[in-house]
Amino acid sequence: MKYMMLIHQGSTPTPQDPEAWGRLSQDEQQAVFAAYKALNETPGVTPGVQMQPPETATTVRVQDGRTLTTDGPFVEVKESIGGYFFFEADDLDAAIDVASRVPASSMGGAVEVRPLVEW
Amino acid sequence: MTPLEQAFRDDRGRVLAALIGFLGDFDLAEEAVQESFTIAAERWPRDGVPTNPGAWLVTTARNRAIDRIRRDRTLATKTRLLEVTEATEDDMIPTTFPDERLELIFTCCHPALAVDAQVALTLRTLGGMSTEDIARAFLVPAPTMAQRLVRAKRKIKAAGIPFRVPPDHLLPDRLDAVLAVVYLIFNEGYSSGGGLAGEALQLGRALAQLMPDEPEVQGLLALMLLLDARREARFRDGELVLLADQDPTLLDATEVAEGRETLDRAFALQGRGPYVVQAAIASLHADEPRDWAQIAALYGELARITDSPVVELNRAVAVAESEGPQAGLDIVEGLGLDDYRYFHATRGELLTRLGRPGEAREAFQRALALVHEDAERRLLEQRLAALGSPQGSH
Repeated sequence: MKYMMLIHQGSTPTPQDPEAWGRLSQDEQQAVFAAYKALNETPGVTPGVQMQPPETATTVRVQDGRTLTTDGPFVEVKESIGGYFFFEADDLDAAIDVASRVPASSMGGAVEVRPLVEW
Repeated sequence: MTPLEQAFRDDRGRVLAALIGFLGDFDLAEEAVQESFTIAAERWPRDGVPTNPGAWLVTTARNRAIDRIRRDRTLATKTRLLEVTEATEDDMIPTTFPDERLELIFTCCHPALAVDAQVALTLRTLGGMSTEDIARAFLVPAPTMAQRLVRAKRKIKAAGIPFRVPPDHLLPDRLDAVLAVVYLIFNEGYSSGGGLAGEALQLGRALAQLMPDEPEVQGLLALMLLLDARREARFRDGELVLLADQDPTLLDATEVAEGRETLDRAFALQGRGPYVVQAAIASLHADEPRDWAQIAALYGELARITDSPVVELNRAVAVAESEGPQAGLDIVEGLGLDDYRYFHATRGELLTRLGRPGEAREAFQRALALVHEDAERRLLEQRLAALGSPQGSH
């Protein structure tokens, strides 16, 4: 089974928000980096590329042939995707286990485990 | 009962579990099992009943499924059957086949499925209930229930929910989920007096047999048996009867005995979890006269495990019996259960006993406003009528 792991940061402090990030102790910051490093080295994980924060997103719609753009992500900033990676494993239990080790899932965000269509 | 009816009752769950395990596909397995029973209905009366009806049904269902897949090659690419070589109708019928009902129930009760889907799927696959019957039991339109089942089965396949008994590190949580589903089914049947309680008991018995060393599994079965033993005593002329007013001679003695035997097994396994403690309480309730002090103590233990104000409310009732209504009311008043009808009903009872009818009436009226079931409504109305008309109040 192949899964796309969508990371919703929610209220998780990230380095992209220096103020919130700064409220974490050095040890806590190190633990976040260590957790992501461990994830990226987990067999079956294909890391995603890093995304700029959702505030930098532009949302595009086409109406009556006209391209309309709005500033910001399609969903609320708080609900939008902050990152992703791919995971290949035997079953959903393995994916749930990996998702629970993503720092966001225990720091105010959540991880959506989305199975991929396989041909 | 014909041999076929008996096989349907005794073996259907096992046969379906074996097919789901083999095919990795709920729908295909259900169709194949259905077909194997249809073939049995033709052949058994003509050719005689096979020595092992269950194994015969599994083999026949497998062969049918394989035929179907051969006819539909695109489907074959999506099932585990690619790994399977040739199989023919005149395969030797094995004398036994693996019992995979545990794998099936853990799959149906996987936490990635919504609880109402877990319940529906468990009743459909292990209970063998029709979609229409499940819909009726849960007061949901049949198409809604059908949709719920379709979505759950699709998710199991698409999301890769495993067909297995969870490994040790996941087992405690997953087993809790399974037991919760079985108990939920039981309670749905118990409160309405419907047939779901029997389904839950059957599931409980199967689990107790498949996991003989899990004290909470034994505890849940003991609890359900001891509660079900009150089935006749709980209703009088269609009206709900309070535990304290139930006629002890109406208890089902066989079920009480079986429940207590099962409870002893749970104790022997060092069980002291929430189902075991609740079963111990239910067992004490089957004694006359009741040991209310002991019941109160067990509710205290249960409250510590579950941290639940509802359990505290039950403890208050037991304390009221052993130490008097004021001691019970003292516990009740500290509980923040304003939206819970039994909170107000219990207050009403205790205030009545303390000779405070005005406050009691108010409490019963609040309970009545929260009730949504006829039998319970009538009981509360009787309680209110017994208090007489309000004197000098508004």
